[in-house]
Amino acid sequence: MHPAILGIITIAVGVGGCVGYFYASNLFLDKVLYPASGPNAGRNINRANQIRPWLFLFPAFFALSLYLAYPVFETLRLSLLDTRSNNEFIGLGNYTQMFGEPKFWESMRNNALWLLVVPAASTGFGLLAAQLTDRIGWGGVAKSLIFMPMAISLVGASVIWKLVYDARPIEQEQIGVLNALYIWFGGTEPQTWLTIPFWNSFFLMIVLIWIQTGFAMVILSAALRGIPEETIEAAIVDGAGPFQIFFKIKVPQIKTTILVVWTTITIAVLKVFDIVFAMTNGQWETQVLANYMFDKLFRANDWGMGSASAMIIMLLVTPILVWNVRNARNEMK
Amino acid sequence: MDNIAGQKSTLTWVVHISVAVLVALWLFPTVGLFVSSFRTTDQIVTGGWWKALFPAEQNLTIRANGPDDQKQVNDLYVIEGQLFDDGSEAEISSWGISSRDINAFQPSETAELRRGGTITVDTIGNYRIENTVAFEGARGPRVFVTALTPPEFTLANYKHVLFSGTASDSMGAAFMATLTVTIPATIIPILVAAFAAYALAWMDFPGRALLIAFVVGLLVVPLQLALIPLLKLHLNIGIGKSYLGVWLAHTGFGLPLAIYLLRNYMVGLPRDIIENARVDGATEFQIFTKIILPLSFPALASFAIFQFLWTWNDLLVAKVFLIDATGQTTVMTNRIVEMLGTRGGDWEILATAAFVSISVPLVVFFSMQRYLVRGLLAGSVK
Repeated sequence: MHPAILGIITIAVGVGGCVGYFYASNLFLDKVLYPASGPNAGRNINRANQIRPWLFLFPAFFALSLYLAYPVFETLRLSLLDTRSNNEFIGLGNYTQMFGEPKFWESMRNNALWLLVVPAASTGFGLLAAQLTDRIGWGGVAKSLIFMPMAISLVGASVIWKLVYDARPIEQEQIGVLNALYIWFGGTEPQTWLTIPFWNSFFLMIVLIWIQTGFAMVILSAALRGIPEETIEAAIVDGAGPFQIFFKIKVPQIKTTILVVWTTITIAVLKVFDIVFAMTNGQWETQVLANYMFDKLFRANDWGMGSASAMIIMLLVTPILVWNVRNARNEMK
Repeated sequence: MDNIAGQKSTLTWVVHISVAVLVALWLFPTVGLFVSSFRTTDQIVTGGWWKALFPAEQNLTIRANGPDDQKQVNDLYVIEGQLFDDGSEAEISSWGISSRDINAFQPSETAELRRGGTITVDTIGNYRIENTVAFEGARGPRVFVTALTPPEFTLANYKHVLFSGTASDSMGAAFMATLTVTIPATIIPILVAAFAAYALAWMDFPGRALLIAFVVGLLVVPLQLALIPLLKLHLNIGIGKSYLGVWLAHTGFGLPLAIYLLRNYMVGLPRDIIENARVDGATEFQIFTKIILPLSFPALASFAIFQFLWTWNDLLVAKVFLIDATGQTTVMTNRIVEMLGTRGGDWEILATAAFVSISVPLVVFFSMQRYLVRGLLAGSVK
């Protein structure tokens, strides 16, 4: 069957099934199981109302449990098995083997670098862009142009930046902007930027910073606009300069938002896969955890080690997870 | 006061200029790819895209017409022709007949051909080859020209990539595959999430806070953890690698954000409306479909855009749950990555393919930016 037809049928079945499920289950509850009539009408209505939330929740939470919660535990289990031979329980065998691999430590080092640089740079540029664009007439247009990379896929962004980093032999014209500038400023030999160990990771990070800055800008600009005018007016009356106002009055008031932006980008960084996969595929010492895991899974076909490396990513995310959950609970009280 | 006013205006200028620089920096890479997608291979190789807007000096190798086209004029055998395509406004600055010395002659000078005879080339590319004896052989001589060609853009790359590409560089099928993945994967989670969000926002039941915390926690669980167990599950229950598998996976992965966004929005709806409807005897199902859903349109739109962008741009989930060894169902992102590997230097194909894939999200982005921003503001965990 043609996939497009299959798609339309799936939409129809999916949407129809969802609506049908909710409608029919509610109808069943109200008319058959606990009808709101007869001698027990009052009790029945109460009972029906106790059950109804679970009808509404069931499909979503079933999918959540199966597609996100169960895999966490299953991955943990798989990471303790010797999937290369007979699925025997080998305890931390996969982990110790992984810790013995230089590629793993290279990934850890690179991930640490990414974690240090990308959230800081994105939040910094975002804050700068938010502060500057809020004060000018064409700020809206400027904002949407800086925000635009957000819509571009990481793969598309990789292609865009690969053109920037492109290198041609010295006797030809350079078609990559970076090398053209490098030669123009007196560089002698065009550089293949993505193959220079250590620094190439930074050239990859630039791609993610380029994407995430728009996100940071949008959130921080909303936060900046939420600052009460009086505090700023008071500071001006007291003779504070624009830099003092920004760093001493505005930034402290949006501290929590900055933290939220920072952690959100941190999570994006921990999961970064497409950029490395498309641009270097982990060669020249640019490996990161997510791509290392993909390598183990689909190139080495070693599900145990792949699971173990996934658990490392999970471990790194856990503090943020706990922090988020605690904040959400506090907010609801 | 003059002094202060003056200071203020310099500062405003600094702000204007800094924003302009920032915007230019952010736009520059994308524009580069965009411009490149409208250039021919020759143009891309001979100069950076930033020169595309100005006339560029190009070195071209063109073969003149062969002996088949010769005419006899009096005692001479003559081949005449034009080096450039019709409508080209290229201007030749120098030319040659050997690859070792491509700048040997000025326009309108005459060169001796190695195989006998002479050739004359003028500034705009007309040439005339003469000899006293008939030309033989199949091919004409090669002419190396250095020409100043005006900026020229072409849609040929798009035509090639979308319609006439070979198996390795066609985006047409991949475009359809991406669309097939995206639409159900956007619509289904919205519906499922909306019901759950309503229950979490407006129904009272034990364990509600716990469930909300559960959703918040899942919001940040990395996708990477789900890959192996779910692939195993899909293989075991017979879904395998298929559209159905990728739809289910996207639905599952999109749900936490959907529930979180929609619940936060629904909680803010006025309590009176809902309670009045309850007093008037509306069932929960009616309240949901007749009141909550229409009122939640902005939140539904925000999530729809997120999910659309995410599924359209996704590579990992499609690679794991959809694309099998036959490659029949390759989505665009994967096709582009393959091209990066096999045709890494063919920028006209790469740029065009990438832009075909980027264009749809960009249109969605610019037309629905308002909802996207609103969703972002509501979705970042506070």
